[in-house]
Amino acid sequence: MSDHRAQHTDAWSEPTAAYPTEGTGPADQAVHTTAAPPVTPADAADAARLVAFGLQPKLLPARDAEYAELLRRYREAPAFARLADAVATGLGLVVLEVSTRAGMAVTAGEDSVFAVRMGDYARRASSDSADRFLHGLAHLAVAAMAFPRPEDLADDAYIGRITVNGVDSFVRQACHRLEERAEEHGDNTDPATDAPGLEAAWRIYARRSSTGATKDARRLAGSTTGIVGKAVAFLTDSGFLQRTGDDAGGAFRTTARYQLQVRDMAGSAAMAELLELGVVPVTDGTATLLPPPDPDDLELAADAGLPFHA
Amino acid sequence: MTSPAYTDNAAPQLSAGPRPAPGPAADEGLSRRLRALACTAPLHDLDVRKANLAGEYTVYAMAEVALAAIDLVTLNMDFDTGADHDQIVTRLLPRVAAQAPGRPVAEHERVARWVLENLINVGSVDRGFRAVYGTFGPDGVYVRRDYDFKLIEEVPGYGGTVYLRATDEAVNVLVGALDTDVTSAQIAAEVKLEVLISRGRLADAQLAAEQARYRTVQYAETLRKTLEATRRNVRAVDWLNAVPDMIAEALDHVADRYRHENAILTNIRKARDEAEEPEHKRRAAELVDIVKDCIRRHTQLQSRLLEAGPLFRAEQDRQAFATPTARTGLDLYGQLVAPLLPLPVEQAIRVTDAFFAHGTGLRTPTSVRVGDLVDLLLTPPLEREHLGAEMPEPDLIATPDDSRFSEEQLASAMDLLDLEHDAPRRLSGLLTEARRRDPELPYLVALLAVHAASPPVGTAYRQGERRLLFSVDDGTQLDDPEFGGADLIVGTALLDAAGMAADRTEAS
Repeated sequence: MSDHRAQHTDAWSEPTAAYPTEGTGPADQAVHTTAAPPVTPADAADAARLVAFGLQPKLLPARDAEYAELLRRYREAPAFARLADAVATGLGLVVLEVSTRAGMAVTAGEDSVFAVRMGDYARRASSDSADRFLHGLAHLAVAAMAFPRPEDLADDAYIGRITVNGVDSFVRQACHRLEERAEEHGDNTDPATDAPGLEAAWRIYARRSSTGATKDARRLAGSTTGIVGKAVAFLTDSGFLQRTGDDAGGAFRTTARYQLQVRDMAGSAAMAELLELGVVPVTDGTATLLPPPDPDDLELAADAGLPFHA
Repeated sequence: MTSPAYTDNAAPQLSAGPRPAPGPAADEGLSRRLRALACTAPLHDLDVRKANLAGEYTVYAMAEVALAAIDLVTLNMDFDTGADHDQIVTRLLPRVAAQAPGRPVAEHERVARWVLENLINVGSVDRGFRAVYGTFGPDGVYVRRDYDFKLIEEVPGYGGTVYLRATDEAVNVLVGALDTDVTSAQIAAEVKLEVLISRGRLADAQLAAEQARYRTVQYAETLRKTLEATRRNVRAVDWLNAVPDMIAEALDHVADRYRHENAILTNIRKARDEAEEPEHKRRAAELVDIVKDCIRRHTQLQSRLLEAGPLFRAEQDRQAFATPTARTGLDLYGQLVAPLLPLPVEQAIRVTDAFFAHGTGLRTPTSVRVGDLVDLLLTPPLEREHLGAEMPEPDLIATPDDSRFSEEQLASAMDLLDLEHDAPRRLSGLLTEARRRDPELPYLVALLAVHAASPPVGTAYRQGERRLLFSVDDGTQLDDPEFGGADLIVGTALLDAAGMAADRTEAS
């Protein structure tokens, strides 16, 4: 397996290095207007190399001298920075931030070859819209738990901590609250049989079991903890989370890249979509992630055991 | 249409306020009963489908086994986890065996498992049931609706294990649990418990004691949730009034219950020891265990309550006194998750898709050479080792001993401080003597003497020690070339070891 993996890193660094022959076009002009020394193919190769480092999200600049040196060059030489940006843009990447803490933080632009497709992510998701929704919601919920306050998302130094079971129970709690509210209003939330798309989103989550026994003691993939678990494992592979422990289904902390990704890309994209649906969420700055409102409201009825002994 | 973040008002998507009920007001009651009826369907279904099983299973009354299983799960639901899968099967076996005594045990177990798995409905991805029923909508149109429910659900336990819980539907419809106010139930249970014990009705006493445990557990759970929310956002929790009130209330509760249950414990012990009938004795012994567990939970709750204040202050320091950032962040929960959940799924999916597409980062696409592919396909699958890789022998490096004082010095200091209980000494005298033995020793003696100013009485008591070093400041100044401060009086106190041991056995 190992030589196979080595193979495709090679396969990728080649086109990246070869690319600037086309990509230097606009960068060349930019360099000429500022009357800096002309860009050599070696510069282009270095710029592409920096982008290639950025494509390995788990690689930390502090661990790699060459990476750190290229980052320094990016920040000190504007011509080189523009060249690297051009390489990234040409490959269909969006540069989020270039710094020593996050490295060359790039992410896939829409329709880029680097973009993650839902169908590749989870096979069931392409055919089943409920699964598709749950996988998307899991990612959103992980981000919401990782950055519970707006300040946390804005603060560069903040490190969020989440657990798989924690994310699941927090979404469940939100769903439960909606269910109670619907009951208070006497609404019948059971969806019409011939229009499953009109079922309220929270019901999809509430309906799915949170875990399940499997023959080989692995997490049941279709359960909500399984879905959240898949999301965090995927984010860990993307260099967005770091595993810190095994308690409560797996504990993780966030990286600078994840914060950038959520803040600059995902949050605003999802928000735009929500606005397009005509929903304008307004908050007044008070906390929204509340503990359960009723202290006595627990799953266990007080006299659950009563009828059996009597 | 606007959707405010969770406030107490309903999200507008859910309901457009009170609407006139056109005729079918009774329809709501009907649909409720239809749903209740649907919950019993899986049980009837078991008896219908048993004929399809390979083998002669018609002798077993499956619905009865299923009801017994739900009862068992409900009874065994511990607060933290739930009922254990295998345990339920084992407890079902006697009933199954009684239905067909002549059959082999393996078959009994198979029946028990089949029933339990069907109650969980292992085959479906939701692991639940669905019933279809029809109602008249507010506009008078007949709509068929899907009702999804579960009877027994699987919940995650510690260390990745899976436990069973009876759902609200199962409890409400199939068990018929009563929904009463917790606080009053608690008081009622206490009164009942005392009366029952005094009258020697232990079976009912046990039930009452089990109920008494819930309130403590509920306080603990409320506290846990509050603290978790505090960790996320201090402002989400009312630390000005609500939480301090809750903590005070819970502490009162703990104090009250502790006193109460210790009294009960003494009474039941008496009942247990005096009981002549074996059945009574057994019940009393069980009751002792339950009350002990109650006391254990109260103590646990108390220690958690004491940690709450410091946690709040630490989180407040972190969250409220940090320099505010110039940027305004997005409130992911309040502005995205909360407005999204009430939407119909076909709309919500657009938002989650957008978040997924932009929030997952990038993947470098794999490109495979045909040569590699052939190799890859021809490689035999790796046999998974049952035990995993061999552990490498750890390479241990002796850490240098960097203690300030050696063992001998400690022994020497302890020897010096081994004072007669009726002859305390001044620190100055001890220091002079120590200096004569070893120029380093006074530091150690002074350190031990200062520690003795606050002696660990509780620990010594628990460990059953006979004597304890203490020191007292009577205001005399210490006159010493190396040290300053008070010239402490250092002495040894004798502890009543025998009395303590007696107390301990009594308490446990």
